[in-house]
Amino acid sequence: MLRQIRPALVLFVALTVITGLLYPLAITGIAGVIFPRQAQGSLIERDGKVIGSELIGQAFTEDKYFHGRPSATTGPDPQDSTKTTAAPYNASNSMGSNLGPTNKSLIERVKGDVEKAQAENSAAPVPVDLVTTSGSGLDPHISPESAMFQVPRVAKARNIPEERLRVLVQEHMESRLAGILGEPRVNVLALNLALDQGAR
Amino acid sequence: MTVIGWVQIALYCAILVALAKPLGWFITRVFNGERTFLTPVLRPVETSLYRLAGIDETREQHWLTYATAMLVFHVAGFLFLYALMRLQAALPLNPMEMSAVAPDLSFNTAVSFITNTNWQNYGGESTMSYLVQMLGLTHQNFLSAATGIVLAVALIRGFARASAQTVGNFWVDLTRCTLYILLPICIIYALFLVSQGMPQTLGPSVEATTLEGAKQTIAVGPVASQVAIKMLGTNGGGFFNANAAHPFENPTALSNFMQIISIFAIGAAMTNVFGRMVGDQRQGWAILAVMGVLFVAGVAVTYWAEARGNDAFTALGLAGGNMEGKEVRFGIVASALFAVVTTAASCGAVNAMHDSFTALGGMIPMINMQLGEIIVGGVGAGLYGMLLFVVLAMFVAGLMVGRTPEYIGKKIEAREVKLAMLAILVLPLMILGWTAVAVVYPTATASMANAGPHGFSEVLYAFTSQTANNGSAFGGLTGNILFYNLTGAISMLVGRFWMIVPAMAIAGSLAAKKSVPASAGTFPTDGGLFIGLVVGVILIIGGLTFFPALALGPIVEHFAMTSGTLY
Repeated sequence: MLRQIRPALVLFVALTVITGLLYPLAITGIAGVIFPRQAQGSLIERDGKVIGSELIGQAFTEDKYFHGRPSATTGPDPQDSTKTTAAPYNASNSMGSNLGPTNKSLIERVKGDVEKAQAENSAAPVPVDLVTTSGSGLDPHISPESAMFQVPRVAKARNIPEERLRVLVQEHMESRLAGILGEPRVNVLALNLALDQGAR
Repeated sequence: MTVIGWVQIALYCAILVALAKPLGWFITRVFNGERTFLTPVLRPVETSLYRLAGIDETREQHWLTYATAMLVFHVAGFLFLYALMRLQAALPLNPMEMSAVAPDLSFNTAVSFITNTNWQNYGGESTMSYLVQMLGLTHQNFLSAATGIVLAVALIRGFARASAQTVGNFWVDLTRCTLYILLPICIIYALFLVSQGMPQTLGPSVEATTLEGAKQTIAVGPVASQVAIKMLGTNGGGFFNANAAHPFENPTALSNFMQIISIFAIGAAMTNVFGRMVGDQRQGWAILAVMGVLFVAGVAVTYWAEARGNDAFTALGLAGGNMEGKEVRFGIVASALFAVVTTAASCGAVNAMHDSFTALGGMIPMINMQLGEIIVGGVGAGLYGMLLFVVLAMFVAGLMVGRTPEYIGKKIEAREVKLAMLAILVLPLMILGWTAVAVVYPTATASMANAGPHGFSEVLYAFTSQTANNGSAFGGLTGNILFYNLTGAISMLVGRFWMIVPAMAIAGSLAAKKSVPASAGTFPTDGGLFIGLVVGVILIIGGLTFFPALALGPIVEHFAMTSGTLY
């Protein structure tokens, strides 16, 4: 056993340096040169200020914006730092609701969100992704149905024709890769940015 | 379920099978010490490592020395990682000024990463410094993966050799595996992941002002380099708390597809390595077929259950399946497929929250792990786990005809069967034992996030995942308390090493045996009968052992869900 100590220690140190330092630092260096935007987090700037990341959802509550999905992320309670409180789209603490399928509070929450969505928009059936939390709490996307569902509300708040908005949603629709992989979706932040740009 | 969904699944299976042969060829050459296209670059590095460490690469080891070397190496890894977490506040590369990790959490996490489990009782972006993520966790992802692979290779040598005293040299195998297989693939893979939008930076979190004027702190970091090995080495420990559901840890449908391929790639190829080393590739394909049958069955059930959705949602007029805890870019099918793959292998990364799956959709991941993660399984670990079941299946077949069983020309005798049983018994011992303790211990039950049968499922899942060295979770359970940190660490240690040491003993004992030539009475182990027999033995052992516990959790919850009972 003692004869194994030298190889164990030397190989451990050497492989630690190779896989734990040289490898990640090399990837950081190369990625920073060939994919600088992605390596920094695909950030979006407007007027020189960072307004978010293309890949990270934001909380939208105003009627004039398309809303994302509910988010289960939490953050420290400002009143009591030992507790946490709901903080939707907290991008420094990703998490899902972890509520099971027979959990009363899940079903009550979804029921409340369905009623709220129908009151704000229309009595049409609500797309399921609009009333369920995502796995990360940071989902940047909604389904095309969820975007279309919100068109009347946003059109009214912005006082623009619904038809124009539908075209805009269509333009922002991302389809399956090669027609096979993934699901059709709309990036909420990108859509809302386009809305604001159109309004200027 | 949709046609396009099944097309995604079929495409996935086709690519894996197509990859198994070339990758198996390459891995075999590396472990046989033959020349590959990387030799000119890496051979000088390899030999200088041996010189520094005083390793004679031509000198092979007895199984006991091989296993001892492996254990000594793990002790070093554990101590280093534990110290790194405890001291992170005083060390560099900590831009978010994370404080020292608590002793019990450090213990659990260090055990978790050296055993290839990557169970996480912490949220990465809120707990660990970049230095720990790189030097501690990324590095252990490589080493624990390499360990799994080299142990499988040692067991294969046991089958392939006759009247031999040695099974290889642990240090040489470990170095070759890391340098020639894992590192080159990871370099290309990590850069691909960055191209898809995965961050790779040492800068601090980004402060953004959202469109509505709120502040948003966006955690970033050296993500891609860690995720590449996390997937390829079936480790599964996320850089972020939400793991591969986080848009930075899995930005696109393509990154998702590549991630699930990389989970299975080496594990599937190991069956081909087995076939090549024992001199008959059909033996490898037969094993892959056993895995394939079980895998497709699992995917079908989970996909069906998630697409069918939650009855309580349907009652509210919501169509489109169970989207709670799932991301829109992946949808139902890619989330269901990921869940089955990650638990069939010992990966444990998740791209959707398993806790929010429907009862039956969440049961399949549990069964995958309870069967010992032999459906492709962890890199290397899946193959040696499966070979233990093959030993048992051949024993059962031998009993049926009253003949000493043989496999690949080796007689399977009492010693091998006892060792295989010893390894397999560890699963129920840890999983059912600790679950039973936890459900009668009030401090432990207080950690459940869901009431009713789902709360029981959370605890059962936790010990299943840790014993099987998976690492995925029903994440609602608050695992970061002393009880779960300690019992979980014990489960992981026993689940890993109580499996490995008997497997190594089998390797040694098989290598020492003479090879028996096949005769008319030899049971062919490359055909449908063999595949059916092994599948049957796996399901009967797993079914008899875990069905009662599953009945108390997911099965009863399924009937509660369909009858509208809430908790």
